[in-house]
Amino acid sequence: MRIELVKRPQRSALFSMLSPFIAFALTIIAGAIMFALLGVNPLNAFEIYFVEPISQVWQLHELAIKAAPLILIAVGLSVCYKANIWNIGAEGQFIFGAIFGSIIPVLFPQFEGPLVIPLMLLLGMVGGAFYASIPALLKTRFSTNEILTSLMLVYVAQLFLDWLVRGPWRDPQGHGFPQTIQFGDSAVLPELMPDAGRANWGFVFALVAAVLIWLMMSRMLKGFEVRVLGSSPRAGRFAGFGFNKMVFFTFLLSGALAGLAGISEVSGAIGQLQPVISPGYGFTAIIVAFLGRLNPLGIVAAGLVLALTYLGGEAVQSALGISDKVARVFQGMLLFFVLGCDTLIHYRIRLIGMALTKANGTAKLEAAPKLEEAR
Amino acid sequence: MGGTVSANHDRANLLEGRGLTKIFGTLTACDHIDLNIAKGEIHALLGENGAGKSTLVKMLFGSLEPNSGEIFWDGKPVKITSPGVAKKLGIGMVFQHFSLFEALTAAENIALSLNDGSPISTIAAKARALSFSYGLPLDPDSLVGDLSVGERQRIEIIRCLLQTPQLIILDEPTSVLTPQEADKLFETLERLRSEGKSILYISHRLEEVKRICDRATVLRHGKVVGHCNPREETAASLARMMVGSEVKAVVRAPAEGIETASALLEIRGLSRKPATPFAIPLKNINLTVRAGEVIGIAGVAGNGQGELFESVSGEVLQQDAGSVRIRGKDAGAFSITGRRLMGAAFVPEERLGHGAAPRMKLSENLLLSRHATDGKAFVGSGGMVKNGSVYSAAQRIITAMDVRKSAPDPEAAALSGGNLQKFIVGRELDRKPSVMIVNQPTWGVDAGAAAHIRQALIELARSGSAVLVISQDLDELFELSDAIAVMHNGELSKPLPIAEATFEKIGLLMGGAEPGHAEHGMEVA
Repeated sequence: MRIELVKRPQRSALFSMLSPFIAFALTIIAGAIMFALLGVNPLNAFEIYFVEPISQVWQLHELAIKAAPLILIAVGLSVCYKANIWNIGAEGQFIFGAIFGSIIPVLFPQFEGPLVIPLMLLLGMVGGAFYASIPALLKTRFSTNEILTSLMLVYVAQLFLDWLVRGPWRDPQGHGFPQTIQFGDSAVLPELMPDAGRANWGFVFALVAAVLIWLMMSRMLKGFEVRVLGSSPRAGRFAGFGFNKMVFFTFLLSGALAGLAGISEVSGAIGQLQPVISPGYGFTAIIVAFLGRLNPLGIVAAGLVLALTYLGGEAVQSALGISDKVARVFQGMLLFFVLGCDTLIHYRIRLIGMALTKANGTAKLEAAPKLEEAR
Repeated sequence: MGGTVSANHDRANLLEGRGLTKIFGTLTACDHIDLNIAKGEIHALLGENGAGKSTLVKMLFGSLEPNSGEIFWDGKPVKITSPGVAKKLGIGMVFQHFSLFEALTAAENIALSLNDGSPISTIAAKARALSFSYGLPLDPDSLVGDLSVGERQRIEIIRCLLQTPQLIILDEPTSVLTPQEADKLFETLERLRSEGKSILYISHRLEEVKRICDRATVLRHGKVVGHCNPREETAASLARMMVGSEVKAVVRAPAEGIETASALLEIRGLSRKPATPFAIPLKNINLTVRAGEVIGIAGVAGNGQGELFESVSGEVLQQDAGSVRIRGKDAGAFSITGRRLMGAAFVPEERLGHGAAPRMKLSENLLLSRHATDGKAFVGSGGMVKNGSVYSAAQRIITAMDVRKSAPDPEAAALSGGNLQKFIVGRELDRKPSVMIVNQPTWGVDAGAAAHIRQALIELARSGSAVLVISQDLDELFELSDAIAVMHNGELSKPLPIAEATFEKIGLLMGGAEPGHAEHGMEVA
């Protein structure tokens, strides 16, 4: 017995739309099995995981805090992925955005005023874009695989941050803790509604970015360029669109957005640099991008769902004593099922018995023209 | 219908198809087709693109399963469920697009398809003997990548003959050959016929069919529209059967005053190193196309035409900016967008994936080549695309070129090859470019659409533009061109004025004989 994927002649538009929901339902079912195996009543666990964390207004603010970086990063990544360019290193770009943006509050704490925040945000975007330009340069100059280089640069960024906060940037009055000084008041990203909860301007940035990128991708020539180069590179070259330019454009754009997410997180939610500033936002955003069908508006919804998995993970840890790694498990399952659904939208499964395999050896070679004909 | 014809025939049927039907979704590609192939005949299968020829052949070769209908082999009903079964019965096929590995030798390629475990040396010896006896010279130890297209086709034919088939199916075999190579192929086919083998010959070249085929089955829109003896028909009457109506002949008024017209496209000493191990280098190419004329470039596929197109279009830049000049200005350093802005327009060979993005709508595909030249009309402030004006321009082209489609603005991949080509050519004509460069303008396009495209290209030239047409189809070049140059192994011959050009002369140049080339080279030096 052998399993073969056969390309479908036509994609179902209905199932393309339903696929994130089906994936979510499958994740819930698999999650229920997991909870049951852990000896917890699944219904009870789900209530704690998915419902309780968003039952009060201040909790919705927490959700926005978690969703903001996910949406910001994922929106940038969606442009990369639409162009068939694979930036996996948003986590590192996030960290570099945080580091660059922190230059002002850490090294020049005496500099205060209304200019501080805009400058920090700008520096954060520069930092993220700078860090993303490395894999872009390597890809265009030496044809390196951007998946590997961008991913490996994440670890470099993490260790660089670690070294910074333990070494040169450590707070001298911090009793030896590996962290920088607390940012001054004018370096803290303001909260949106301080009376209701902690949510800060980062969430607004995320929504604005989503709308702008949506506009670019659907209405602007630049978005057209991204889509052409991503779907048929040769036609893109014929159109006069440069592939190398596109590599830089997508990396710099997604890097800048990841950097903006990084500095917003540090300046808004954390208030200082520390060895770990992200629970894997840069990686989770990849799931968000795909769950949102690489559509910036879909990504807003997907970002909220994935943010909930973080909150739920914390909730089950405190209420049921289950490791908060369960959040990672949920995220992983979600990505797995989304990709699985997507694959089955494009392909169908064919089972081939062993006895037939031999006779079909030649038939397989003919499968391609057959499909072309069918199309 | 076919059954009655075969009953009149004096020879026994080797293969008989009755009521063969194949349905793809809403499209009936083959609709109750009857086909009889007698022993020892060359049977032509005629039809325009999309008439159902390929589908029918794939059913006979087991690549597709018919929805209904029966196939009889030697009078007995058979089910051809896979190409393996077809081969066992004695059906061999030579595909239009070869399936050979370039990095392997001819013998290794043959061994892969025979798959019977015999050593390569035995296969090579057999192949050599067979190639010798059929007059198809071939060195089994040569790398496929080094071979010409004609030689590659010989591998396919020999691979097919090694399986000692009773019926050989050839899909558009001469489309890649020089006239002289085609003559050789016909000799081989006639020899096979005299040995009692049957041949199903698929072609749209009517003169060839008239020359070598004993009977013809004509398909139109998936149905058999007639059987005939091609020798008793004229090319015009065959074309009428295929198309269903009179095909308008292309009219080409003689070009006047060309010698004094300004040179709109000049290629001067253009050379290019091969980009990949199997690419062809361009060697010192010189050509001038003046306002008002159509210059054709003939040549067997894979002699550098693709490389030339890329270089002239600006998809690949030149180091010497003066080696490509458009409207009297150096263009070698400009990208394809820059060259378009200088007034040039381009139509590449591949429609899907090069000239058009398959999964994008026609209106988006209009934007593909015209976002810069029509920047004002199509792109508003801040880089916003004016979808409305792009859409209406696309509709204008669709009407002008009579593009048939199923939706107002379908995806490019949803169109038939001919209709998409009409759109792609129309997209550029709509701009009224002063220089137009077209690679294979009517490759795989039906006769009606091809005539439309050719006429449009001639009219563009007569309105004062320079038109350069690269084509493998000699009939087409003779119809279109005021002069024909030939590309061979990366070199371009001097253009022969159409009054002096004959199939014979062009054919010799295509095969590598280069009268006048030495003189041509000296002129440059």
